Amino acid sequence: MEKLFDMAKVLRSKNSGPFELTMDILFDSSEKYLRVKNSNKITTELICDLYNITERDVRHIVFFDPAMGIKITILRGVSSGTVGERDVYGAQQHAPLMNILID
Amino acid sequence: MGNDIKILSPCGMLGYGFPEESFLRGIEEEPHGIVVDAGSTDAGPHKLGAGVSIVSRRAAKKDLMIILENGIPNKIPIIIGSAGGAGAQVHVNWTMEIIEEILQELELQVKIAVIWADIPNDLVIESNVQGKIKPLSPNIPLLTEEVILETNGIVAQMGHEPILEALKEGADIIVCGRAYDPSPFAAIGIFHGKDPGLSYHLGKILECGALCAEPGTTKDSILGIIGDTSFKVKSLNPKRKCTSISVAAHTFYEKEHPYILHGPGFTLNLEQCEFKELEDGVVEVSNSKYIPASQHFIKLEGARKVAYRTFALAGIRDPILLENIDDIESRVKQQVSEYYDEIPSDDYQVNFYNYGMNAVLGNKEKEVFSGHEIGLVIEVIAKDQELANSICSTARSTFLHFPHEKRKSTAGNLAFPFAPSDIEFGAVYEFSVYHLMEIVDNPFRIEYR
Repeated sequence: MEKLFDMAKVLRSKNSGPFELTMDILFDSSEKYLRVKNSNKITTELICDLYNITERDVRHIVFFDPAMGIKITILRGVSSGTVGERDVYGAQQHAPLMNILID
Repeated sequence: MGNDIKILSPCGMLGYGFPEESFLRGIEEEPHGIVVDAGSTDAGPHKLGAGVSIVSRRAAKKDLMIILENGIPNKIPIIIGSAGGAGAQVHVNWTMEIIEEILQELELQVKIAVIWADIPNDLVIESNVQGKIKPLSPNIPLLTEEVILETNGIVAQMGHEPILEALKEGADIIVCGRAYDPSPFAAIGIFHGKDPGLSYHLGKILECGALCAEPGTTKDSILGIIGDTSFKVKSLNPKRKCTSISVAAHTFYEKEHPYILHGPGFTLNLEQCEFKELEDGVVEVSNSKYIPASQHFIKLEGARKVAYRTFALAGIRDPILLENIDDIESRVKQQVSEYYDEIPSDDYQVNFYNYGMNAVLGNKEKEVFSGHEIGLVIEVIAKDQELANSICSTARSTFLHFPHEKRKSTAGNLAFPFAPSDIEFGAVYEFSVYHLMEIVDNPFRIEYR
């Protein structure tokens, strides 16, 4: 078992517009990328659990082979930069993904 | 078969700065355009709502000075996208003032095209009534006339079309209001007859400066070269190089989907793209596909004022207080509302953010607190500034002296880094308009000066 954070080259979050958050998990080898992809661990169910959201809030989970990367896009509860929102750029919302364990 | 077309991107945001040597290496390549993005919604609704910029005037002028003093004498068209941070009239005027100042200082005469991106309220209201406006995602409410009228100026993201027109008119400098970030870059390629798919995909990469290189940064220059069937991306700083992974990975950046991009009037499909690393650290990309849309939608953006804020910062180091922080915070809120029982509870809210504990992720935080101190933000949101100030003052003094049961530190609960402790923030905005509007006629007006 290995932590996703230790396997990834890039593990980040960012706004994709003020109403969505997008998380990228990128790898520097196809071996690592495929191990994560084929583990079937990155699922809507897991994302809902980690981010305390419902299936409706998950926009995309896409595995993109040419870039050896995984993209997860979710809806924000509160839009960027207004009352009650605390990460204007959405740049620190990746942390819940770090400890996902991959076989 | 045409010639290769070169585009120089100085940096990822006008005013972020870039090494002059990198930029000059780009100028030696004799580019067909210098294009720089100057705006984003990333910094929040305040830029658009309050009409202010993301960068300082000093920084914007510093970058523009280098761009203009090299670009103009070499007859290289200069395009600024999403001028002034959010691309509304006030932002474009701010940028124009700086440009005119520089042109005067350098004694240069040029033809400037200004492309306005402001969309009149009447047009938005009319389109909304006709059902031509829809939210961009399911968590955005339908637009109403009330919201449109409360919004402080609506802008739309332009495509390449008006910029192309300005290039055809021979403008030396094109200052765009709000633009789809890749559009000003794409306009150069399309102007020279290149494929729109390659032009837009390259624009998507160049708009962030050297972020697609390794190590990546928005504060350095990068060169794009479009051929007939592919484009190349080349670092202009020997400290960085483009790799097939770094460029492919950049395709992911700050977009909802890794290979489908929705732009004004088209979709870009990058699923079949090939990223080929050439020997000298240059990356070649092919198979970017531009698919024109059957209906032409533009993205509207607007912000409205929703409240006023006052806040205070403090540190908490006392372990007994930290152990009981949630309970104490809810009792402080209660005491404040009891003290101001004549004020309706809807008129304000008090929020405590415990940095070091769970302030960043909120209820998504799964780590158990194990620290020995936290940073506390006392935030008060209210319907006017005076009320926000008053409530913050009371919340702060209540917290400071709150007599929780087990405490031994009876002189005070909070370590304020600054005096005075309370900071009047001003208005808080929200993105009230973030919708797609169907258009038939191009709403972006071009003015030549």
